[in-house]
Amino acid sequence: MIEMLKNNSRTIQMISGWFLAIAPSIIFYLLPQSNWAFILFVVSLFVIYKIKANNIIKGILAAVMLFAVMPAVGLENTYYLDVITQVGIYVSLAIGLNIVVGFAGLLNFGFVAFYAFGAYFYAIFATSQAGNFIPAAIAHFPVSGNWFWLFLIFGALLSGLLGFLLGLPVLRLRGDYLAIVTLGFAEIIRILFNNMDKPINFTNGPKGLSPIQPPEFFGYMLNQPIHFYFIVLVVVILTIIIAKRLDASRIGRAWASIREDELAARSMGIPVVRMKLLAFVIGASFAGAMGVIFAAKQTFIDPSSFGFMESIGILCMVLLGGMGSVSGAVMGAAAVVLLQLNILKEFSDYLGQLSAMGILNIPSQVDPAKYEKMVFGLILILVCIFRPQGILPSKRYLPSWFKNKQENTISPKEEDPDVARS
Amino acid sequence: MLLEAKGIRKSFGGLMAVDDVDFSLPEGHIESIIGPNGAGKTTFFNIVSGNYHPDEGKIIFDGRDVTKLEPDQAAASGIARTFQNIRLFPELMAVENVLVGMHMHLSAGLGSIVFNTRKARREEQRAFDEARELMRYAGLEGKEKELARSLPYGDQRRLEVARALAVKPKMLLLDEPTAGMNPRETDEMKEFILRLRDEKKVSILLIEHDMKVVMGISDKITVLNYGVKIAEGVPEEIRNNPEVIKAYLGQEAI
Repeated sequence: MIEMLKNNSRTIQMISGWFLAIAPSIIFYLLPQSNWAFILFVVSLFVIYKIKANNIIKGILAAVMLFAVMPAVGLENTYYLDVITQVGIYVSLAIGLNIVVGFAGLLNFGFVAFYAFGAYFYAIFATSQAGNFIPAAIAHFPVSGNWFWLFLIFGALLSGLLGFLLGLPVLRLRGDYLAIVTLGFAEIIRILFNNMDKPINFTNGPKGLSPIQPPEFFGYMLNQPIHFYFIVLVVVILTIIIAKRLDASRIGRAWASIREDELAARSMGIPVVRMKLLAFVIGASFAGAMGVIFAAKQTFIDPSSFGFMESIGILCMVLLGGMGSVSGAVMGAAAVVLLQLNILKEFSDYLGQLSAMGILNIPSQVDPAKYEKMVFGLILILVCIFRPQGILPSKRYLPSWFKNKQENTISPKEEDPDVARS
Repeated sequence: MLLEAKGIRKSFGGLMAVDDVDFSLPEGHIESIIGPNGAGKTTFFNIVSGNYHPDEGKIIFDGRDVTKLEPDQAAASGIARTFQNIRLFPELMAVENVLVGMHMHLSAGLGSIVFNTRKARREEQRAFDEARELMRYAGLEGKEKELARSLPYGDQRRLEVARALAVKPKMLLLDEPTAGMNPRETDEMKEFILRLRDEKKVSILLIEHDMKVVMGISDKITVLNYGVKIAEGVPEEIRNNPEVIKAYLGQEAI
């Protein structure tokens, strides 16, 4: 009897799981204007990730959602396409930061500096701005959108170089000191961009740079949200693959060992400074590449997009999702961006409607959309208390080819109560 | 001589932790350093393994001057160690702990990892096989996927040795390998250390408080007290040395 009940509940669980995985796509397709349908759609991606099923089936399902359903809806309603692109950009940034903070354990408060560098790197040359300091005889600005791809690569490389130059003196510091120095560095970069409009106008100062040339692909102008959606999607998939492979490699293990016990790692022959630099550089180059895409997508950038709060925001995504966990970084980025752009806004619209109907009287000072930062803080505190390892904690996997009688995965924090108590 | 340390001196502020110590370890030997708490044994270890640099003195290892090497360079030259208070990588799986020790013998670079080349995959597979073999050797078979921190104490000690072996050292520094072990585990560890020397051909330098272990396996024993070497010799000589008895048991004991 109990056995039957157990079986039954398992079947119910499975059916409801699959329902949650597939239904939102259909609802979202039918109701492209609905905010909740969009949020459910994103949530269902994580349901698919978590559901117990063949990886190939899960992959196909996710691919259909991202490559077919989302663009199809996006043609109806570009707003959500824009939001999901924004999510994608932050996913890449969060994964980049996760390599530095989560994998290697280097607290970096200045991650946004590299993002800003990438954005300005493209923006200066893709507007008429570069004409201010490069004579027209040499080159004509803005450069054509075909250059975007080259800038994407060089944005990543040069940001990496910047990370290397910063890391060289700084990575001898530990923990809190490193955090302070990187924080200062990010502020310097931002203030530099803010003030480099005189004597020679490099960055156009606080007025920002615009209009930035959209990318071109063999003469085809890529300036629609759908184009950026696909560019970001491809980059996100690449970053996920790279981060996953690094995590499971000898380099990833070296990072983890430094994070766990630096002294022991050194004694085992890990070249600690070199490995830290590598993490720093890879993280920075992810941010640089994303900066280039961000500049092209926004067509306008100014220093205020790259403030300290931005760095903190990305760090929050990593913490929320789970340090060192790639899927956690994806989840954290999605949760934070959706909370900012959709959930809180929806909630305050709803309250606004209620007060318009005279049911509730809510003064505009307590409009939830204005308390975004407070809600974040609250969520972070709750996560830290109840789930300090993050929502999707990092797991150590044995590779699939490693023959072992036992099951091949283990989650660090969820083991038998015995060990947890000790 | 595999290891030769001459006139090693190290002070912390006013405290002379190691004072003019000479030490030598021939290849294939097991030698122990003993002494009361605070005698400078671990400091001496830290100097040999590159964690500290001596104020004075010189260390020649395998024909090379290693006095100024950093720990990772010392490891690369063939010196591996364990720690008095176990220092594993707690959130990594046991097998990964061993693989970290292998790091410098693996060659996969950034490019081959990102593109997941066949060469990188092969190397990984070989490394895992080797790591599993080392774990089996250390008596940790089937515990590959356990997180290091969830292993029982004795297994953690053994895993630390396995990790150090993965460095493929010529000399192994073991800092109190039987600390906190029960008599049966201690005997196993003793046998294991002997096997390491005979089968893995590593020379072993040992800090140990358990006199049964020290007397049982050491080719030579060095006694430190307040940073000074007070005696040196085969177990029999040390056992009867009045200086040593005084250091351990006090003046009245003689």
